[in-house]
Amino acid sequence: MGTDKELSLRLLEEIKRLTAGRERPMRLMEVCGTHTVSIFRAGLRQLLPPEVELVSGPGCPVCVTPDGYMDAAIAYAGMGDVIVATFGDMLKVPGSASSLAEAAARGGDVRIVYSPLDALAIAKEHPNKKVVFLAVGFETTAPTAAAAVLAAAQESVENFFLLPAQKLVPPAIRALLADEDARIDGFLLPGHVAVVTGSETFSFLPKEYRLPGVVAGFSPTELLRGIYRLVWQAAAGEAHIENEYKSVVRPEGNPAAQTMMKQVCETCTAEWRGLGEIPSSGLRLRDAYRRFDFSAMRPLDLPPAPPKKSGCRCGEVLRGKISPRECKLFGKACAPEHAAGPCMVSAEGVCAAWHKYGGGVFRYD
Amino acid sequence: MTDTIQLAHGAGGRMSARLMDEVVRPILGNPVLDRMHDGAVLDTGGKIAFTTDSYVVAPRFFPGGSIGRLAVCGTVNDLAVSGAEAKYLSLALILEEGLAVGELVRVLKDVRTAADEAGVSVVTGDTKVVGHGSCDGIYINTAGIGEMMAGADIAPRNIRPGMEVIVSGFLGDHAATITAARHGLKLPETIQSDAAPLNGLVREMLRAVPEIACLRDPTRGGAAATLNELADQSGTGVLLDEEAIPVRPEVESVCELLGFEPLYLANEGKLIAFVPAEKTEALLEAMRAHPCGKEARRVGVVTDKAPGQVAMKTGLGGIRVVDMPTGSLVPRIC
Repeated sequence: MGTDKELSLRLLEEIKRLTAGRERPMRLMEVCGTHTVSIFRAGLRQLLPPEVELVSGPGCPVCVTPDGYMDAAIAYAGMGDVIVATFGDMLKVPGSASSLAEAAARGGDVRIVYSPLDALAIAKEHPNKKVVFLAVGFETTAPTAAAAVLAAAQESVENFFLLPAQKLVPPAIRALLADEDARIDGFLLPGHVAVVTGSETFSFLPKEYRLPGVVAGFSPTELLRGIYRLVWQAAAGEAHIENEYKSVVRPEGNPAAQTMMKQVCETCTAEWRGLGEIPSSGLRLRDAYRRFDFSAMRPLDLPPAPPKKSGCRCGEVLRGKISPRECKLFGKACAPEHAAGPCMVSAEGVCAAWHKYGGGVFRYD
Repeated sequence: MTDTIQLAHGAGGRMSARLMDEVVRPILGNPVLDRMHDGAVLDTGGKIAFTTDSYVVAPRFFPGGSIGRLAVCGTVNDLAVSGAEAKYLSLALILEEGLAVGELVRVLKDVRTAADEAGVSVVTGDTKVVGHGSCDGIYINTAGIGEMMAGADIAPRNIRPGMEVIVSGFLGDHAATITAARHGLKLPETIQSDAAPLNGLVREMLRAVPEIACLRDPTRGGAAATLNELADQSGTGVLLDEEAIPVRPEVESVCELLGFEPLYLANEGKLIAFVPAEKTEALLEAMRAHPCGKEARRVGVVTDKAPGQVAMKTGLGGIRVVDMPTGSLVPRIC
């Protein structure tokens, strides 16, 4: 669906009407990085009344991937018998001392792929190499990684591996809400994740926290409709989960994808950059498929990643506690071409979106 | 002549001579080139402009053009947006051992066709052959000499607040074509590279409106990079109107699929013009009368607010920054 200008302007008017006179701005978190970018591209932040504040959440998988993971990927890329296959976003993410792009420049074999199945194809073409796919992402990409593992198992491809770091969105939302200063009044829920999980996964928000959530699509009009439903619920004193992306999201999600994920993966405690360790928020391979986990097959003895020296505040940005502008590195010591933190590296990172589109506080007249 | 390029074709001996006599000159020959001297002696009148560019595009052939067509258009257009009419080109080929001579012939024929369209001659050149794996088939460098068109004063320093920004047609066709070809996406036949020489269009534009302040062709980095450079160099701000920016729906779809924005996509047959507001209509009329400017539109204004910055009014009325691109979106686009 594209932008329906007339409907969008009507939705904006309704949002203004429903929030007029609020004492405290309503803080709505968009969890998904694609939402963040779409909001900036359409300039929605300036169109919304001051009573509605949009806060960006931890929904960029690259941004929440910890240094230690990058260090491992970089170490593997330096091994002569390994091909590292990855989504392009990961190339420039800084590890403790280097990045995959630098590892490739030093002669490491790093290939950009668009799907884990591309990595499986590379493994078949290069039987003498170990092909390691960097399995980073949320529920959206986890099923295709599981499908690649199942295909590799079935076809007895012995040289295909994952470096697992996949994560689940609902536990991260819970972790954010456990923080008493979170001050979030509602969630724009990620449409792509919900395609897999279903909208019902998020029913804990109204049940346990009395917070509304709306699963939204990605066009400006769909986002405005999501925001409108959130302010409408708040004005009516209601809190429930609504699905405003019905064309592709069902309450129960995609059962086939869920089954595949469950067959191959089990949940585990995972480390999120900026949020720390969150129980049951990660995916690891079940015992039956452990042989596809390269970190188990070839364990590394790397020193723990040293704490970041720089004063980078990505952690607080990812929790919606500060806006990127409040970080003193933003736009100076940290910019897309010399990023200090991960939120500036990925195209869907919060800081990168603020930087690219002028931070949403741009005023022309 | 053999079927494939061999190292000896670049060694300066008998095989090099045969390559020139049997492949290159039958296609590109003209009185100056045919003298086959180490340097070309040229007639020029008045001020000249001089430029050079190298071409490494992959794939070598794509809908709407080839590396040969690009190598002419790119250099002709760099001269055109400097206000110069391209007259003479040099053509340096770096060929990979094993390249099919048939492919070289196709490339050279495209060079000839584009040169004829632009009214330029290839008057000098060079051929090197590198070992298999040392380059990807064929790389080309062209340099061009052009004569300044009468009355042209084209420079970023001429840009003033209040002027208007014109683009000559649909943006992003070239990069969308190349990217789709590389990803194996099938595009409708309406979408092809826009590679075209723009000297004819520029001549008509300057004839109608000599007051044109600045011209630039938005190649790598797209319109976003070009406008940011000009905003920076002129110390003014540019405010674009999203709804006025001409992008084909098919290109928009490719962008959505691959996560690109049309403003950042390279063009090889488009230009951006800055013109005093009272001359906009006259300029648009002259542009639309030329095949390369049929879809010309006014897309924005120059302001004294936010100097050095490019911003865009979105369809819904929000305003956002259009930043300089960082890194390479699509490598080997030209």
